[in-house]
Amino acid sequence: MNFVALQGAVAQGVLWGIMVLGVYITYRLLNISDLTVDGSFALGGCVCATLIINFGMNPILALVIAALAGMAAGAATGILHTVFEIPAILAGILTQISLWSVNLRVMGGKSNLPLLKTETLISGVGDKLGITQAQSAMIVGVIVAILIVWGLYWFFGTELGSALRATGNNELMIRALGVDTNRMKLIALMLANGLVALSGALVCQNQKYADINMGRGAIVIGLAAIVIGEVLFSKAINFGLKLSSVVVGAVVYFLIRAIVLDFGLNTNDMNLFTALFVAAALSIPVFMAKYHAKHDYSETVEEDEA
Amino acid sequence: MLTISHVRKTFNKGTINEKKALQGINLHLKPGDFVTVIGGNGAGKSTMLNMIAGVYPIDSGKIEIDGVNISREPEHKRAQYIGRVFQDPMRGTAAGMQIQENLALALRRGQKRGLSWHIKNEEMDFYREALTRLDLGLQTRMTSKVGLLSGGQRQALTLLMATLERPKLLLLDEHTAALDPKTARKVLELTDEIVNEQNLTTLMVTHNMKDAIQYGNRLIMMHEGRVIYDVEGEEKKNLQVEDLLKKFEEHSGEEFANDRMMLAK
Repeated sequence: MNFVALQGAVAQGVLWGIMVLGVYITYRLLNISDLTVDGSFALGGCVCATLIINFGMNPILALVIAALAGMAAGAATGILHTVFEIPAILAGILTQISLWSVNLRVMGGKSNLPLLKTETLISGVGDKLGITQAQSAMIVGVIVAILIVWGLYWFFGTELGSALRATGNNELMIRALGVDTNRMKLIALMLANGLVALSGALVCQNQKYADINMGRGAIVIGLAAIVIGEVLFSKAINFGLKLSSVVVGAVVYFLIRAIVLDFGLNTNDMNLFTALFVAAALSIPVFMAKYHAKHDYSETVEEDEA
Repeated sequence: MLTISHVRKTFNKGTINEKKALQGINLHLKPGDFVTVIGGNGAGKSTMLNMIAGVYPIDSGKIEIDGVNISREPEHKRAQYIGRVFQDPMRGTAAGMQIQENLALALRRGQKRGLSWHIKNEEMDFYREALTRLDLGLQTRMTSKVGLLSGGQRQALTLLMATLERPKLLLLDEHTAALDPKTARKVLELTDEIVNEQNLTTLMVTHNMKDAIQYGNRLIMMHEGRVIYDVEGEEKKNLQVEDLLKKFEEHSGEEFANDRMMLAK
C-alpha cells in the first residue's frame, strides 16, 4: 500500500465526509433514516458535471447549484413525509428511485459523464499550488468541511436549530411548545440532502466524472462513518466535536476500505463488506447489553454472600 | 376566557370501532378558574383537553380563547395560548437535551423561532430562580440532560416549563397519575401554588376525587362525552366524595363499580 493511494483515500474520505454530515442530521438529530441520500448524492454529481460540461459553468457555482438541487430532492422527500404522511423510509425510497430517472434526464440520457479536460475546483487548486490531485482534494475538502461544521454548529445552536433538535428528541413536546414539527422535518431533510448533493458534486469534480451509480450505497457508507466517528470520539460532548467526528469517521472508513482492497478484497464485494461492518457495529451494543444482563445476573444479592 | 360550545368528536366514524368521545360539550371558564375534571374511563376528559390543545380536529362546534376562535388552528399555533402537562412524564420534556435548553425552548412557546442563539445569558438567572423554587436541586444541574432526571423531577420540570411563559390556559391531563403518592402530592402542591400565584385559568383532569374536591374553585364531572355535573365556590368546597358518587349515579344511572375512580376515593 503506497502513500499516494492513502492520500487518495483520505481525500475521498473528507469529500464523502460532507455527505456523512448530511446523514448525521437526519439519522442522529432527527431520528429519521433518510434513504433519499443514494439518489441525491448522484444528483449532486450529475448536476455538477452537466453544468460544467454542457454550460461551461464555473465549478464553484456548479457546486452551489448542485447543493440547491439536493435541497429540492430533500424537499420532495419532506413533502411526501409531512404533507402526505408517508413513512419517512418509504418517502426516501420513492424520491431515491425517482432520482434515478431524473439523474439520467439531467445527463441527457447518458449514464456517465466524463469531465476529462475541463478544469474543476480541485484540479484548479492543484494546478495553482503545484500539488497533486489528491492533495488538492484534501485541502479543498478540509476547508469545505470546516466551513460546514462551523455553519452547522452555529445553526443548531440557534432558536430554530434548537427547535429542530427537539423535534428529533420529542416531537409531541415541541409541538406543544408551538413548533411546527413538519416544517422542522422539511428544513432538516432539505439541509441534509443539500449537503449530500454538495458532497456528490465535490466527489464528481475530484474523480472527474459523474455516474448514475455513484450514490449507490451512500447511506450505508454514511452510517458506517457515523458509527466509526462515534466510537473514536465516544467521550465527545461538544456538538462541534461530534460533527467533526463524523468527518473523521468517513476518512477512517475510506482508509479501511483502501487497505482491505489492497489486501485483495474484490471491489465487487465492497458493499457486502460495508453492510456487514455496519450491521456488526449496530448490533454489538445490543449484544453486549444482553450478554451483560445474562452474565451479571446472580440469584443472591452481593451483600448476602459477604 | 375559554368557551367551548357544542363540541363533538367521534373517533373511527362509520366503523365497528366507532366511539362518540365528545357529544356536544359546552363549557365556559372565567379568567382564573381552576377547574378539576373527573369522570370514569372513556368519559372524554382527555379527549376534551386534546381537542382544546388541537391534537385532533373537532367534528363540529367551536372553541374560543379570549374571544379568538381557535377551533381550526393547528396544535402548534394554539400553543401560544396554552401550557400543557401530560400524564406521561416522558412526554413533556426532551430527554436528550439539557435542562436549560428545555427551559429555553419553553420560554419561547408560541413565539417565532429565528436565527438568534437559542439561550441568552440574561435568561440564566431567571431559570436558576425558577428551578430553585421547585426545591429539587435542579438549579445546580442546569446543563444536565433531562433524561437523567426521575419521573417526578421531569414532571415538575414540565409544569415549570408549561408556566414559564404565562399561558392563558393551563391543561393538566392527569399529570400526577404516573407518580408515586409522595411525589404526586408534591407536584400537586406545586401546581396549586403556581396556578394561584399566576392566577392561571386551569383545567386539571384527575382520577382522584379527593384531589378534585380539595384543589381548584370549580369541579366538573363528565360522562359519555358530556358534562353531567358542574359545581363551584362554597358548594364545591363542601363536597364529599360520597356526594360525587351519588351525583354520578344520579346523572348516569350507573354505578361506579369496576371503575378506576372507585379506587381513588
